[in-house]
Amino acid sequence: MNFHLKIWRQAEGNKQGGFQDVEAGDIPSEASFLEMLDIVNDRLTEGGDEPVAFDHDCREGICGSCSLTINGIPQGPGRGTACQLYMRKFSDGDTIYIEPFRVGAFPVIKDLVVNRSAFDRVIAAGGYISERCGNAQDANDTPIPKTVADYAMDAAACIGCGACAAACPNGSAMLFVSAKVGHLGLLPQGKPEANRRVRGMVARMDAEGFGNCSNYYECEAVCPAGVPAAFIAKMNRDYALASVRNAVEATA
Amino acid sequence: MSTITLDPKIPSGPLSNKWANFKAASKLVSPANKRRYELIIVGTGLSGGSAAAVFGEQGYNVKCFCYQDSPRRAHSIAAQGGINAAKNYQNDGDSVDRLFMDTIKGGDFRSRESNVYRLAQVSSHIIDQCVAQGVPFAREYGGMLANRSFGGAQVSRTFYARGQTGQQLLLGVYSELSHQISAGTVKMHPRHEMLDLVIVDGQAKGIITRNMVTGEVEAHAADAVILASGGYGNAFFLSTNAMGCNVTATYRAYRRGALFANPCFTQIHPTCIPVSGEYQSKLTLMSESLRNDGRVWVPKRKEDCGKKAVDIPEDDRDYFLERKYPSYGNLAPRDISSRSAKEVCDEGRGVGPGGLGVYMDFADAIERLGEATIRERYGNLFEMYENITGENAYQTPMRIYPAVHYTMGGLWVDYELQSNVPGLFVIGEANFSDHGANRLGASALMQGLADGYFVLPYTIGNYLAPVRGTRPEVNRPEFKQAVEEVKERVNRLLSIKGTRTVDSFHKEIGKLLWDECGMARSKEGLEMAIKKFDQIREEFWSNVRVLGEGDELNASLEKAGRVADFIEFGQLMCEDALDRNESCGGHFRVEYQTPEGEALRNDDDYFYVSAWKYTGEGNKPELIKEPLQYEGVKLATRSYK
Repeated sequence: MNFHLKIWRQAEGNKQGGFQDVEAGDIPSEASFLEMLDIVNDRLTEGGDEPVAFDHDCREGICGSCSLTINGIPQGPGRGTACQLYMRKFSDGDTIYIEPFRVGAFPVIKDLVVNRSAFDRVIAAGGYISERCGNAQDANDTPIPKTVADYAMDAAACIGCGACAAACPNGSAMLFVSAKVGHLGLLPQGKPEANRRVRGMVARMDAEGFGNCSNYYECEAVCPAGVPAAFIAKMNRDYALASVRNAVEATA
Repeated sequence: MSTITLDPKIPSGPLSNKWANFKAASKLVSPANKRRYELIIVGTGLSGGSAAAVFGEQGYNVKCFCYQDSPRRAHSIAAQGGINAAKNYQNDGDSVDRLFMDTIKGGDFRSRESNVYRLAQVSSHIIDQCVAQGVPFAREYGGMLANRSFGGAQVSRTFYARGQTGQQLLLGVYSELSHQISAGTVKMHPRHEMLDLVIVDGQAKGIITRNMVTGEVEAHAADAVILASGGYGNAFFLSTNAMGCNVTATYRAYRRGALFANPCFTQIHPTCIPVSGEYQSKLTLMSESLRNDGRVWVPKRKEDCGKKAVDIPEDDRDYFLERKYPSYGNLAPRDISSRSAKEVCDEGRGVGPGGLGVYMDFADAIERLGEATIRERYGNLFEMYENITGENAYQTPMRIYPAVHYTMGGLWVDYELQSNVPGLFVIGEANFSDHGANRLGASALMQGLADGYFVLPYTIGNYLAPVRGTRPEVNRPEFKQAVEEVKERVNRLLSIKGTRTVDSFHKEIGKLLWDECGMARSKEGLEMAIKKFDQIREEFWSNVRVLGEGDELNASLEKAGRVADFIEFGQLMCEDALDRNESCGGHFRVEYQTPEGEALRNDDDYFYVSAWKYTGEGNKPELIKEPLQYEGVKLATRSYK
């Protein structure tokens, strides 16, 4: 297959970037999108051009390193990450635009590589259960209804790639944050810190410069892990309740 | 004669009391003194991440490094199937002894008995710990934890979270690590790659890293260095490892004097999606858990291979695992299942393009349990399979073929998980001790978390307590020299400006290893490969093309350094395979097999750990043996019939 690529090139975060035209000829239809980029990079190198920098690692759709916007869609067309997108999904002769995720809170490092450490800082602001490793109680001492465990797992499946924020016109990270708040808050082990957690994580999310949610649901549409946007509504309720409780406790 | 004698430091007492005896006698560092120590941890997977979190919790100062952009992306995340633990929640006869025996036998009697017993003992705590930190394991309607079966066991002891168990365990570790990062006890350095180990007065006291964004080469000093940098499966180019997985951290430690143990023990996983072309960058695993419900077969006759699976009647199918190993059937261990698949394909009975594939068929399970149940159990795997191959496995059997998946070998460690270099500890897949010549499914996650959460935090005290206050400064000559050497190597790679890409070299050694040091190995092939590696190394250092600069994000430069190490390391793998004149576990030497084609072990001559000492570039490494001693286990021929 043959493609006309328009690839975003940017030497450094504070330098001007732009699209480079690259012809990708003779690409096997069974190749994944990233394998197509490997082929392109090998050819660029052989021709004396610097290869395109892009983040990738497991290539199984689970590590969340992928951060490409393909034809305007974070992680590209179809469900799943860019590494799970196969060239047979495109038509011969297509023009394909490849850009980094476009979010203010994810500054570009080089070419298609962005800095997503804001997500790590949001998790560090409360996305955990404080417990010491040592002699935890037996795992079956606290039964957890299957439906609750399954629903928590739906949220916990988030791979932290940031496509949700990249797809949102507001650059909001609400789906990512609500997934962690939802996952831990649903489980009995996560309840004691639930109020603290949601307030801490939301405050950090705001401080990192992510926008607000105004119900576009673009996040849900691109989420490679299929995290439902219903968790955003749940987090809004949790946050409101936690804020009220906090205010009442502060005056009590 | 060797200059080193290896002391595995196995504690006294009967097998079941060794760990308790050890803990009772080990040295402690008081809470007030812990904050005076600095620990370096390389890698944030299940073992490194959990160790960093626990040491942080205990009050040590931890510096943690990973090459990914976030600790949450370590390759533990890709483990699908599950984690073993001797909970016996199923009341099916499981126990610590049973898990221990399965693991020893699965490893074909080449692991260290005392380490494995301890692993089985702490396995239950891991599940408790994970549940306490919010890991959403699969549950039954009564609210209790669910289990599934895995290969090499006749009990159901595997805990799981859909097909994403590794992800959920790693995210549990990552959340605890994040907690410590926010508490200030752990300082995280993502996008940093360890390029050398610094030894001061014979002890590991620091590392040299390259900041992968700015290219800055930095020196870091500590009281002890912990390597949790994973396995070396990517030496084969095509493997189920993530693209960035590499041997550099452990190989650099080897060059500085740490011994590399059993490098030829690599695991070829039986159920991966077959290779489809030259362009392919990695192979994708289909979890072993699928063998609970999938039946593996090929046509009985070569002539049927071109037919569609549905057109081949039941009588013309060879369910070769069920036929050869009736008591374990499709759940025979990985090495045996892989070799059986290779055999039938070598006979010309393989299916799919190139004849390199066997069927894994779910038709019976779907008929018995219904498609909905199968979907709930393995939905995401079937989806992944369809995405990659374009085939619907609910309707037509999956095609699978073995692929490199895990490496049992690693840096040599004693019972305390300390290498022969004092102050250098090695945990998780990066060490060698627990899986012998073959790892059982769902045991890697168990070992990673055991090492990080429950073993190293106890064993490190014996080293740390006496060395308080002796941490060197980074301005010492040892650090300065190591920094200069790393910079020089980076510059050398950039200045060659040859004609071949880094990947072309990686593909070349990968194919060489797969052909000569893969599922079947021979004396002639290995000798040829060892010579070939010399040529490849020479060509690499005179003809590789690495573009760009050293002071920026430069993926080909990173990869060039890793491939340079893989080239030297691949030769070491072959040396080890050549030395071991027996077949055991994943190491199958064609000269040593039974008339039925099963592995023929030689306990009289090879009941030892091969630990290799670096003797200079291009020189044959020196073999140092740790004789294995079994107290509780009787050596036996492994049988899964």
